[in-house]
Amino acid sequence: MKLTLRVWRQRNAADDGAMSTYEVDGITPDMSFLEMLDTLNEKLILEGEDPVAFDHDCREGICGACSLVIDGDAHGPERTTTCQLHMRSFRDGDVIDVEPWRAAAFPVIKDLVVDRSAFDRIVQAGGYITAPTGTAPEAHATPVPKPDADHAFEHAECIGCGACVAACPNGAAMLFTSAKVNHLNVLPQGAPERETRVLDMVEAMDAEGFGGCTLAGECATVCPKGIPLSSITDMNREWLRATVKGARR
Amino acid sequence: MWDSTVGKKAVMAVSGLIMLLYLVAHMIGNLKVFFGPQEFNAYGHWIRTVGEPFMHYTWTLWIIRVVLVAAVVAHATAAYQLSRRDIAARPAKYVHARRRASYATRTMRWGGVILGLFVVWHILDLTTGHVHAGGFQEGHPYQNVVDSFSTWYGNVIYIVAMLALGLHIRHGFWAAAQTLGAGGRSRDRALKGVANLLALLLTAGFVAVPVGVMTQVVS
Repeated sequence: MKLTLRVWRQRNAADDGAMSTYEVDGITPDMSFLEMLDTLNEKLILEGEDPVAFDHDCREGICGACSLVIDGDAHGPERTTTCQLHMRSFRDGDVIDVEPWRAAAFPVIKDLVVDRSAFDRIVQAGGYITAPTGTAPEAHATPVPKPDADHAFEHAECIGCGACVAACPNGAAMLFTSAKVNHLNVLPQGAPERETRVLDMVEAMDAEGFGGCTLAGECATVCPKGIPLSSITDMNREWLRATVKGARR
Repeated sequence: MWDSTVGKKAVMAVSGLIMLLYLVAHMIGNLKVFFGPQEFNAYGHWIRTVGEPFMHYTWTLWIIRVVLVAAVVAHATAAYQLSRRDIAARPAKYVHARRRASYATRTMRWGGVILGLFVVWHILDLTTGHVHAGGFQEGHPYQNVVDSFSTWYGNVIYIVAMLALGLHIRHGFWAAAQTLGAGGRSRDRALKGVANLLALLLTAGFVAVPVGVMTQVVS
C-alpha cells in the first residue's frame, strides 16, 4: 500500500504547528497504524529529518498510551485503540489526516504527543480507596452482587486514553471522570468515600479547565473500551445525591 | 451547586423543565382559539382570576410570571457561562473535522438565542402590544391573535421560533433527564420517545394557531 499522510507537526508547546504531507510506501494491510508510523519515521530518520513524535506503549490496546485523531476520529475508523487499528481499514492511495488530541487541558508537547497528566490529577482527587490494603483479602469476605460487579468492571475498563476528551466538542472529561467514579462508587469497598469521591473528582475535573457536558454523545462513540454514555448520567446522579446530602468535608 | 459544571447544568435542567411545563399548559390554552372568540377571550380573562377569592385579581398570573422570568434568567445565565467555558476548553479545531451529533444537539446554543429573542418579541406583540400590528386591544386576545397572524412577518417569526423550540426540546428534555441522573440504559429509548413526542406535540400545537389564521379557520 502507498499512502499520503498529512501529519500535525509542532516542534514544542510554544510552536504554532502545521500539517505536513508525507508519502509512505511499502505498507501491508496487517500492519498496525503505529507500525505504519514507524515505517514513516524510519524513512524520515534515513533522510535526516526529525521523526514524528507519538505516544505508544503496550501496543496491545490495554495501556491507554496511544492516541491520535485519524481522519477526524479519535483512534481512527475502528472502535479500538490506535495500536489495534490495522491498515486493512484503509485503502491503497488513501490520504490520511493525523492530528493530536485537541483540548485546552491536553496541551501539545510535540507533534502528536499531548500532556494528559490532568487525568492523573483527577484520579488523585478521589479515584482510589483510602485503606491500608496489605495482602489481597479473601475474595469472599466482601460479597458483591453480580450486577454491581459487572457494572464496576464495565467502568474499570477505562484505560484513560483521553479519546472522550478529544472527541467532545466541549473538550469535556465527563466520560473519563464518570468511569472512574462509578467503578468505585458501586462497590462496597468504595462506599465509605462515595460522596467525597464524586464531589472531589468533579471539582478537580473543573479545575483542570475541561468543558462541560452537553450530551452530544461523541465521547461514548469513540471510547475504545465502550464506556457507555449512561455512565455520565450515573455520575450526575451521584453528584446530586452527594450535594443534597451536604457531604462536602 | 452553581460553582460546578455539573451543578450548573442541573440548574439548567430544572429551569428548562419548569419552562417546558409552562409551555404544555400554554399550548393547550392556545388551542381554545379554535372554539371562537367568546371561549378564547373568557380563557384569557380566567388566567387573571385564577385562585380567586383567595388570590387577588392577576396575583396567580404574576407569581407564574416571576417564576418564569427566574427560570429564563437562570437557564440563560448558566447556558452562557457553560458555553464560554466549553468554547475555551476546545481552543484548537481539528483540520479534519467530523460532526456526529444530531442537528438538534448542535443547534442548542443558537436555537436558545433565537427562542430568547422570540420571547421578547412575543411579549411585546401580544402582552404589552408595543410591536403589535393593527391596534392592540387589551382584553381582546382573540382579535389580537388574528391581527398578529395576518401579517407575513408575524407568521414567519412565530413558525421559525416554534421549529427552533421543537429542536430545542428534542435534545433538551432527554438531556435534562440525563443531567438530573434520571436516565439510564433501560429508560433511554422511552426518554428519547417522550422528548420527540413533546417536541412534536408542542410544535404542532403552537403552529396550528397561525396556520388556522392563515387558512381562515380562525378569523
